[in-house]
Amino acid sequence: MTRDEITSGLAEILEEVAGVNPDDVAEGKSFTDDLDVDSLSMVEVVVAAEEKFGVKIPDNEVQNLKTVGDAVSFIEAQS
Amino acid sequence: MSRVDVVVTGLGATTPLGGDVASTWDAMLAGRSGVSPLTQEWAGQLPVRIAAQLAVEPTEVLDRVKLRRLDRSEAIALIAAQQAWADSGLADSGLDPERLGASVGSGIGGALTLLAQDDILEASGPRRVSPHTIPMLMPNGPAAWVGLELGAQAGVHSVASACATGAEAIALGLDMIRSGRADVVVAGGTEAVIHPLPIAGFSSMRAMSTRNDEPEQASRPWDKSRDGFVLGEGAGIVVLERADHAAARGAHIYARLAGAGITSDGYDIVQPHPEGAGAIRAIAKAIADADVAKADIVHVNAHATSTPVGDLAEIKALHRALGDHPVLTATKSMTGHLLGAAGALESIATILTIRDGVIPPTINLDDPDDGLDMDVAANKVRHLDVPAALNNSFGFGGHNVALVFTRP
Repeated sequence: MTRDEITSGLAEILEEVAGVNPDDVAEGKSFTDDLDVDSLSMVEVVVAAEEKFGVKIPDNEVQNLKTVGDAVSFIEAQS
Repeated sequence: MSRVDVVVTGLGATTPLGGDVASTWDAMLAGRSGVSPLTQEWAGQLPVRIAAQLAVEPTEVLDRVKLRRLDRSEAIALIAAQQAWADSGLADSGLDPERLGASVGSGIGGALTLLAQDDILEASGPRRVSPHTIPMLMPNGPAAWVGLELGAQAGVHSVASACATGAEAIALGLDMIRSGRADVVVAGGTEAVIHPLPIAGFSSMRAMSTRNDEPEQASRPWDKSRDGFVLGEGAGIVVLERADHAAARGAHIYARLAGAGITSDGYDIVQPHPEGAGAIRAIAKAIADADVAKADIVHVNAHATSTPVGDLAEIKALHRALGDHPVLTATKSMTGHLLGAAGALESIATILTIRDGVIPPTINLDDPDDGLDMDVAANKVRHLDVPAALNNSFGFGGHNVALVFTRP
C-alpha cells in the first residue's frame, strides 16, 4: 500500500469519525491543531485504522502520532 | 424583602407531535394523537407494541458528526434548548455567562447508549466500546451539553425524580434565580428510552397500555377503559429569567413562573399515597409560594398518565387542594408519557394556555370514570381566560412537584 493510499484511507476515517473534509487531510497536518480531532475522536480514529489497515497501534504509540504523516509512517512500517 | 420575580422568555421542544413548540401546540389544539405502532423488529415479541415517537428525527436537525457523541436524550435536549435560546433573544444580549445556568434532567438517562454499547461489548469486546460512551450515558449529560452549547457558567444541574424530573428541574431554575445565583436559567427535561428493555420493565409492572391495535386511542386519562400509560419520547426546555432583567432588555415575556411546591410522599417506591397527601401538600405549597388564592387557579394541566390508580388519586388531591372549580386537561392523551420530559412539556402547554386563552383537549375521554368529579376539556378545546394555572407532576419514588404560572 502506498503512502498516498494510506493517507486517503485515513481521510475516509477522519471524515466518518470527526467530520474532517478529506481535502484537508495531508501528511503535514496535525490531528489536533490542524484537523481539530479531539482526544476521544482520536481513540476512534485509531481503532478504525487498526481495522482498516490490519495493524496494531498500541496506546503508548498513539501519543507519537502527531501528524497524518506520523500515522502513515507507522502504518506503512507495520503492514 | 421583596421577592425576585421570575418570568419565562423562551420555549423549545421536540415531541411526538412536532419538531418545535409551534407545531406541537397546533397539534395539541387539533387534538391529534402522537402515538403509533412500533414497527421495529424487536417490538414483535413485546406485550406493548405502541409508543409516541418523535415527529422529527434528530438527524434532520443536528449534523451527523455531532450526533455520534450524543445520546438521543442529549441530542433532543440540545435541539429544544437551541430553540428556546433563539426564542428568548438572549444570544446577542451581552448576558454574562457567569450569570447563566442550566437545569436539565432526565428520568432514566442515557439508556439507549448503555444498551447499545453493551451489545458492542458482548459482540466485539471492550476495545470496540466507543470512547464517547460515558459522556453519552451519564445522567448529567443532557444538562452538560446544553450548558456547553450556551456557555453557561453559573452552574449546570441535573435533577432526577422520575416522571417529576422536568417540573423539578424548572423549580430548581426558579430557586437559582431567586437565590441570586443566576439571572437566566435554561431549564427542562428530556427522555428517549423507546427500547425493548425499558418497555419490558414498565410492562412487567403492568403500568403500560396494551391497546396495541388502537394506538391513537391507547392514552386515555380518566376514561373508564384506560389501561395504562403510553411511553413517549421528547424534550421540553424553557428559558427562565429574572423579571427585571427581562424587562430591561425589552424581552417578550410569555408568563411568570410564580411559584413551586415540592414534596415527597415517604410512603411507597411506586404507588402514590392513597389520599394523595403528598400531592395535596405540593399544590398547597405552590399556591402559597405564588401568593395566589385557590380560586385564582382556573386551569390545571394534570399529570394524569392514563393509569387506573394514579389518575383518580390526582383528582382527589386536586379536589382537596383547590376545590372543584378548575378546568383540567391531560395532554398526555396526545403526547404519551414523556417521563422526565413530561413536566417540562406540560409546563409549556400551561404557559401557552395562559397566553392564548385556550385549553388543549383531553382526547379519548369517551366514558369518564365515575370518580372524575371535576370539569375536563374533554375531546375538544375549551376557550377560557386563564390568568393563573397549575401544572402537576408526580414520579416513582414519591416525588410531587406543582408549578404555578401566571399571566405576566
